Amino acid sequence: MSTFDFIGKGLLALSLMVTVNTVSADEFTPEDQQRWQQQFMDSVKQGRELWTSPTLGTNGVACAQCHPNAANTHPETYPKFQKQIGKVIPLWEMINWCLRNPLEGVPLAADDPKMIAIQAYVTYERRGVKLEPGKH
Amino acid sequence: MNDINRSRRDFLRTGGALALGASLPISLVELAFAESSQNFTFAYISDAHIQHIKGNRFVRNWDMGLQRAVAEVNLLTPKPDFVMFGGDLAQLGSKEELDHGAEIMSALKHDVRYVMGEHDYYLDLGAYWEQLFGPQYYSFDHKGVHFIVLNSIRTYDDWTFKRWPTAEQRMLEMAGLDNPNGSPFMVGEEQRKWLKEDLAKVTKTTPLVVFSHSPLQKIYKGWNFWTEDAEQIQALLKAYKKVSVIYGHVHQIQYNQIGNISFNSVMATAWPWPYPQAYAQAEQYLPKLTVPMNRADPFFERDATGWQFINVANGNVDLNFTLYSNKDRVVRFDKAKKQPQDVEYQVDKARIDPQSHY
Repeated sequence: MSTFDFIGKGLLALSLMVTVNTVSADEFTPEDQQRWQQQFMDSVKQGRELWTSPTLGTNGVACAQCHPNAANTHPETYPKFQKQIGKVIPLWEMINWCLRNPLEGVPLAADDPKMIAIQAYVTYERRGVKLEPGKH
Repeated sequence: MNDINRSRRDFLRTGGALALGASLPISLVELAFAESSQNFTFAYISDAHIQHIKGNRFVRNWDMGLQRAVAEVNLLTPKPDFVMFGGDLAQLGSKEELDHGAEIMSALKHDVRYVMGEHDYYLDLGAYWEQLFGPQYYSFDHKGVHFIVLNSIRTYDDWTFKRWPTAEQRMLEMAGLDNPNGSPFMVGEEQRKWLKEDLAKVTKTTPLVVFSHSPLQKIYKGWNFWTEDAEQIQALLKAYKKVSVIYGHVHQIQYNQIGNISFNSVMATAWPWPYPQAYAQAEQYLPKLTVPMNRADPFFERDATGWQFINVANGNVDLNFTLYSNKDRVVRFDKAKKQPQDVEYQVDKARIDPQSHY
């Protein structure tokens, strides 16, 4: 194989790659959207299961006991100055406060899939409500 | 508003101000209704949700709520004529929970009558509860008032008897307030028939007070702030001059007037619930008359819980809410407007920031 050919094939391969990249960056199909929505809804579903689970904490108390349909959790107002904690916090810190106190449980890491699922559920139940970060 | 009413209102306001200085709002009882010898008070404790963990362990938070209400009701002076418990003594209807709840309630120095809640009922359909507290629906007379207790948390027979493989699962499904597998509450045909017969013996001028666990009006079906046959019950009560319905279940202050019927909810001792409008996906009908409670502060575990004593004044009921970590509230029957009204916050401009919910 001559050097020229090699470069030529390399360029061809590069141009193919660019073409592929361009397609994946600019276009997606309804099937893609459906799949991504499904991934999100799976997380919402897992969050709902955790929300109603008596085993998320240690005393059998579930989040849903005080927050049916995740009401009065106000995800659209976070981050906000949480007056009782005395600083600006994101929603997951408040969720951990509830895990530790009414549920007498162990807090979750911010990137724990369970914590992400809980936030997906809580936010999903508030869909359609305008964002009001900082509102108390 | 005429002069007599205005002076009465000022008089009540003074009474309220005096009461602020006392540890319990005792003055309100003595001052407000001195004009009638027929007036009396009773206390109302509701929605304790005693929750068994295992062995001898119960959820501390809910135990504390009921214990505190019991201790404070024992301090009421003048002594209330009796105490009502408004349902949901237990969380999952077990013997352990009902026994533990009954033991805490046994510290009361008064006669107690009980209303059935769904958390007491759906494990064994009230069998053990009946052994402890008596029949699921009944009536009694006290100082010229006819009191009626209904079991308003029954539902369709198919749901109760055919849908669930075990009693435990049936209880769990009904215990989730927002569970789409639940079923709407109702009084049902058997009790409506009994109510009709019971009322046939009562003159139309006798004041009626009806106790139910769920609201005998329709507010939000998704959380069973709802009774399926509410209109049929209301129709049976329509012929009576003074009717008050007092209900638990909702864990928040609500009040309403529909025709001749006044509706008042009572507080939970366990935990507060959001107002239905806090659920963005819900279509709900919170009575326009109702001024919401302050939003609960979860960092104070007794906030937005409490108990109440009720003045029966010339056949109408006035509710005095004892709220922890919060100002007490009084919802009183306004004779001129013929509806229950908050004494302090009814007018829009009198409301305070924490009363707006979003």
